Amino acid sequence: MKKKHPWKIILYVVLGVGALIMIAPFLWMISTSLKSIDEVFSYPPSIIGDTIRWDNYIRIGERYPFGRFFINSTIVTSVVVVCQLFTSSLGGYVFARLKFRFRDTIFLVYLATMMIPIHVTLIPIFLIMRFLGLIDRLPALILTDIATAFGTFLMRQFYLNIPASLEDAAKIDGCNPFTTYWRIFLPLSKPALATLGVFIFMGMWNDFVRPLIFINSVENMTLTLGLANMQGSYSTDWPVLMAGTFISLLPVLIFFLFAQDFFVKSVTLSGLKE
Amino acid sequence: MKFKRLLNRESTWVFVLLLPNIIVFLMFSLGPLVASFFFSFTEWDLMSPMEWVGLRNYIELFKDETFLKSLWNTIYFTLGTVPVGVIISLFLAVALNQRIKGVRIFRAAFFLPVIASWIAASLVWMWMYNPEFGLLNYFLGLIGIKGPRWLSSLNWAMPSIIMTVIWKTLGFNMLLFLAGLQGIPKSYYEAAEIDGARWFGKFKHVTVPLLSHTTLFVVIISVINSFQAFDLIYMMTFGGPARSTSVLVFYLYQNAFRYFRMGYASAIAYVLFFLVLIFAVVQFLLQKRRVIS
Repeated sequence: MKKKHPWKIILYVVLGVGALIMIAPFLWMISTSLKSIDEVFSYPPSIIGDTIRWDNYIRIGERYPFGRFFINSTIVTSVVVVCQLFTSSLGGYVFARLKFRFRDTIFLVYLATMMIPIHVTLIPIFLIMRFLGLIDRLPALILTDIATAFGTFLMRQFYLNIPASLEDAAKIDGCNPFTTYWRIFLPLSKPALATLGVFIFMGMWNDFVRPLIFINSVENMTLTLGLANMQGSYSTDWPVLMAGTFISLLPVLIFFLFAQDFFVKSVTLSGLKE
Repeated sequence: MKFKRLLNRESTWVFVLLLPNIIVFLMFSLGPLVASFFFSFTEWDLMSPMEWVGLRNYIELFKDETFLKSLWNTIYFTLGTVPVGVIISLFLAVALNQRIKGVRIFRAAFFLPVIASWIAASLVWMWMYNPEFGLLNYFLGLIGIKGPRWLSSLNWAMPSIIMTVIWKTLGFNMLLFLAGLQGIPKSYYEAAEIDGARWFGKFKHVTVPLLSHTTLFVVIISVINSFQAFDLIYMMTFGGPARSTSVLVFYLYQNAFRYFRMGYASAIAYVLFFLVLIFAVVQFLLQKRRVIS
């Protein structure tokens, strides 16, 4: 029998207060998003207003095409997720399983590019997008991320641990490197793909710098940039702003509730980034 | 026939299968990195012809008070976020590595801000920091303190930003520490217990030394990320008031996309790159062995 430690109670209190501080801003956001503007500017603040104002969630779309922002974010995010999962698994497979000269050196150089901050290359990338006529168009937000060193690295680490016997069997069956990848390695890597997918999803959904630089028209904005602009013109309409913020968080939040372990894993792995 | 022979060579396959990675690497990493370096020796506003100015941008930078202020603010910001953030998250990870009830819920709560975008976090905190109607000053008022004007105060703007960043990144560091803690064999703690160590003794003599690699790693990542802070500064203060929160990347952004001084902005970019590189190289050397095996 273990006796109850008094320090455990202290631990619970500290963690409880800490956790409350962490989620308080989110609760405050939800609470504000359901109040009328008069209640928001009253003292002392209440947790729940006298009436629950769902119409704040409708008013988000009044002055800005909020639905459009959501669709744009969805398009950019899903295209990048699909493309990058494909190029990363392909690249990871090549670096893990095929043999060629200077393979590990080339890989290391590629890996080193993860350390380049986006801000350092932003001006030339902007010029490339301008040259390609992609300024103010969604492909500008997609192209730079259809293949990344980090994704390739992650998949390579996974493929390194697959037994060679599978590969040999495929070779005997007459598979070429691509069909070996497609029929054997890709189906095996579902867990790794899910982890990487969550990571890409989070990064793209929350991206702000590139939309800020590449997108000008309101109808082409993603959620982050759209919200930033809404803040400019709704500066004191906190209920509407908080409603918009909450909706922008919802997809990631829902994803997180259902796939917490993948999130945790992807973020831990992303620690290897940079 | 020739095509078929080409297909049988593995090097052809390597090239074809790596093509997407090669194109993106050349177009959006290596190319821009070189171009940026070249631009930093020029003066260019996108309209008139580019002019070669040699080292002038770099010389001007170190006479430019706004740049020096931004550099100092970046250091202030880094010193404000990293040590406190790392220490809190270390204790948090140790606490949440215990067998306690509801550990998953606690971890989820501390992790929640990590998944939010910087923009969402900024908006929520701008409202939290609202001097008249924000939650923060309300609570301060309850204990008889008249809260400052946070984001619009010369002295409090940067600390406000720092607090938000610590809140936002705590869960990320915590996870890295938790991963590190899982790597410490239980037998070490048992041995310490036999030697009569209480929890702090175990923390000091087992956890801290065995976690030193993870800690260094977390510190380096946090520093590199701090150097690149931008989104929330753009949102919450736009570098103000009176440049008190203007950091390197913010000044870079202003020069490039507000004043259209592409050469000058590129020079700032390379100062940033150099700073990041120092820390990245250390980290890379530490990691290399793990990655290649």
